[in-house]
Amino acid sequence: MTDKYTQFVNRGLGKNVAKKLGLPQPAILRRYQPGQPLITGPILVQGNTAGADALAASLLSWDLDVRRHAVPREKLGAIVLVLDELDGPRDLEGPVLAAASSLRDLAPSARVITVSRPAGSSKNPSQAAARQGVDGFLRSLAQELRAGATGNGILLADGVTATSPSALAAVRFLLSGRSAFVDGQFLTVSSAEGRLPADFAKPLAGKVAVVTGAARGIGAAIARTLHRDGATLVLVDIPAAGDHLAAVANEVHGTALQLDIGREDAGQRIIEHALQRHGHLDIVVHNAGITRDKLLANMDHARWSSVINVNIAAQLRINEALLASEHFRNAPRIVSVASTSGIAGNRGQTNYAASKGGVMGMVRASAPLLAERGGTINAVAPGFIETDMTARIPVALREAGRRLNSLRQGGQPTDVAEAIAFLASGAAGGINGGVLRVCGQNMVGA
Amino acid sequence: MSVEGQSVTGPQESSTPVATAAVPTPRRAVVVGGNRIPFARSGGAYTKSSNQDMLTAALDGLIARFGLQEERIGEVAAGAVLKHSRDFNLTREAVLGSALSAETPAYDLQQACATGLETVLGLANKIKLGQIDSAIAGGVDSASDAPIAVSEGLRQVLLDLNRAKTLPQRLQVLSRLRPKDLSPDAPNTGEPRTGLSMGEHQALTTAQWNVSREAQDQLAFASHRNLAAAYDAGFFDDLMTPYRGLTRDSNLRADTTLEKLATLKPVFGKSLGAEATMTAGNSTPLTDGASTVLLAAEEWADAHDLPKLAAVVDGEAAAVDFVHGKDGLLMAPAFAVPRLLARNGLTLADFDFYEIHEAFAGTVLSTLAAWEDEEFGRTRLGLDGAFGTIDRTKLNVNGSSLAAGHPFAATGGRIVASLAKMLHAKGSVDGRPARGLVSICAAGGQGVVAILEAL
Repeated sequence: MTDKYTQFVNRGLGKNVAKKLGLPQPAILRRYQPGQPLITGPILVQGNTAGADALAASLLSWDLDVRRHAVPREKLGAIVLVLDELDGPRDLEGPVLAAASSLRDLAPSARVITVSRPAGSSKNPSQAAARQGVDGFLRSLAQELRAGATGNGILLADGVTATSPSALAAVRFLLSGRSAFVDGQFLTVSSAEGRLPADFAKPLAGKVAVVTGAARGIGAAIARTLHRDGATLVLVDIPAAGDHLAAVANEVHGTALQLDIGREDAGQRIIEHALQRHGHLDIVVHNAGITRDKLLANMDHARWSSVINVNIAAQLRINEALLASEHFRNAPRIVSVASTSGIAGNRGQTNYAASKGGVMGMVRASAPLLAERGGTINAVAPGFIETDMTARIPVALREAGRRLNSLRQGGQPTDVAEAIAFLASGAAGGINGGVLRVCGQNMVGA
Repeated sequence: MSVEGQSVTGPQESSTPVATAAVPTPRRAVVVGGNRIPFARSGGAYTKSSNQDMLTAALDGLIARFGLQEERIGEVAAGAVLKHSRDFNLTREAVLGSALSAETPAYDLQQACATGLETVLGLANKIKLGQIDSAIAGGVDSASDAPIAVSEGLRQVLLDLNRAKTLPQRLQVLSRLRPKDLSPDAPNTGEPRTGLSMGEHQALTTAQWNVSREAQDQLAFASHRNLAAAYDAGFFDDLMTPYRGLTRDSNLRADTTLEKLATLKPVFGKSLGAEATMTAGNSTPLTDGASTVLLAAEEWADAHDLPKLAAVVDGEAAAVDFVHGKDGLLMAPAFAVPRLLARNGLTLADFDFYEIHEAFAGTVLSTLAAWEDEEFGRTRLGLDGAFGTIDRTKLNVNGSSLAAGHPFAATGGRIVASLAKMLHAKGSVDGRPARGLVSICAAGGQGVVAILEAL
């Protein structure tokens, strides 16, 4: 649940005290509940390109309240800034300043979403400068937003329109409470692949998903979220965690598979189980992971090798089996749990960070292999998440870990699960080989 | 099924149906899989767990393994040997506490240590007859959380007190109470008709069949070694769900040696004159635990995309007159197996796995000795000679009760689920399905045995 400090500063006395003393005031974040509207309040779509018009039309078709011009002092649910035709840095000013005048009208837990193009693909220095400029702009703006509002961007590869399935799905994800703890991040849509679901409340209906490390914590939250979204679940964890695994399986009406993913035949066993019990296999979430923290000077073989084996070697081996299988070819999805430790580093976690960095490398290199099969592979990198594991961190360190991000709080396991469910969905078929951070825009690691 | 080969006659013959040709072949009942919690030595990890807690945990693990949440199972049958009177509906209560549909009927069954196997056979028969399509058989026992009764004297006083209507009557009833009536009546595993414990009974049999200390220790050693190897191979990964911090049977001593077993002092048969041979190492300890087995008609298993490991072919019960010393207390399987095999046209050599419950090492070895004995074969089994010998490398290959422990009613489920998995892995042998024999002895001079066949 939301930590005690956050609860305190969101109520009468605590709210006053925090305000007077200038203490950080983390907001209670808007999180997705089934049946809840996608977003409350109008969405202001800024930008005068064809892409902006088309995107506004799509949002309208979802029965959302869409504005093309701001109405002064009207509370806004979101601002979508379409910047898909920038030619030079000066092109930013118009739309950006137009959005600026509406920032004070943002409702709590509002959203700012930029839609632009990746700088890396441009050979034109001026255009590349403008595109890269969006990166710095958005990350700074996200830090300025208050009251649970977040700022994130969508990067459309050249040739991909703002209304391609994955672009629309990304806009939906970012507008919704599913992205509560995603802040200051970019999602790259590299192709027009993907299909929007018939029912946005059950985007994973008919899919069979495997979740490793599902007995507790983030893994159990992933199981619950995928179940809520309509998936049929195979839950995997080591035999020693079988009692917790059984409890989660019975809660989400899935099947429990007690299996050490470090075993040579783990991939085969997972495929066989899914096929026999459920007839097919569509989604694999590599969540199982361990930490064996030690300063490198004190590192030993057991600590190093067990972390590498479980966190990355096992994933590589299972993926090999999946890619070799003829039964993993119907728009398959792989989502791996990485970590911000693998991006920014973390003292005492050389082994863990190496393994999680490895996950991101694996995802990038595996993307073309999945694309050949009409599928995708992506990673989600959690920052500070409130789990049993982080609850054991000493108080001072834990408080620092929690507050050192734009939302001034730790994330919930469901926040990670929501990002994974999004990347596992059929609509996210155009997002491949990327890493999505769920960290509340953690200050470390950019 | 036709009866060929040996004919079974003699004192134990009368109940054997010989002609079954007119009966139409019923449909098959198959073992889909099983789940148990690790067995714990009494007074250990499950000291505070009730029979209902443990049976519910074993059920929930089974439900999770096979995705049976909210499923209405045809019937669930289980039981406990040491049972509180408040647990009159133990199995139904466990079902209600589990993730199964609350519309799943259940009943309790009690046949001492044969309880678990008898639930399998009874439910399998219902499936074969078409009365139900799916079933869960099981058993549980806690020697730690055992019921304690008030003394017979206090019980009579309390009942009379309840019937008394006036104060003088009540005082009169209470005046009968004596200090000795206040000491509770703890359960024991002694035989009511002989007063001897099961171990003392087996000591008589062990001595009668001249089973040596070395042979018993060897069997115990093999049980530990085989069970430890099975764990290391991951054999129990889909047969067991941890419980209360336990991930393996706590009685298992993976590092035990014959030398260590040889140092243990005898605990049973010390008054027999001959050298006592039964120790804590070659006898099962009091144990807590629970097991379950999912049974189904083939159509049900197919419709639910579930595996079919083995068919429950047939079963047989026998009892012996141990009260007058005619046979040893735990020797009933020595009679049940020959009858069962005769009915199915099989010989002792026709099996690929033998699961003979190790109540005591001496029980297994006495039974094997009886089968190998020409005299016993002729005079007691009515055969031309000895019943037969078994290939000892096929006996309890993944360990048995000496290593795993023996929560009385839970042993049958443990054996059936493990054997079904082994048979399925073995597949076929010489063009016929792999075959397994289960033999379980029980208090009261009873025994239940069964045949399983690979699918």
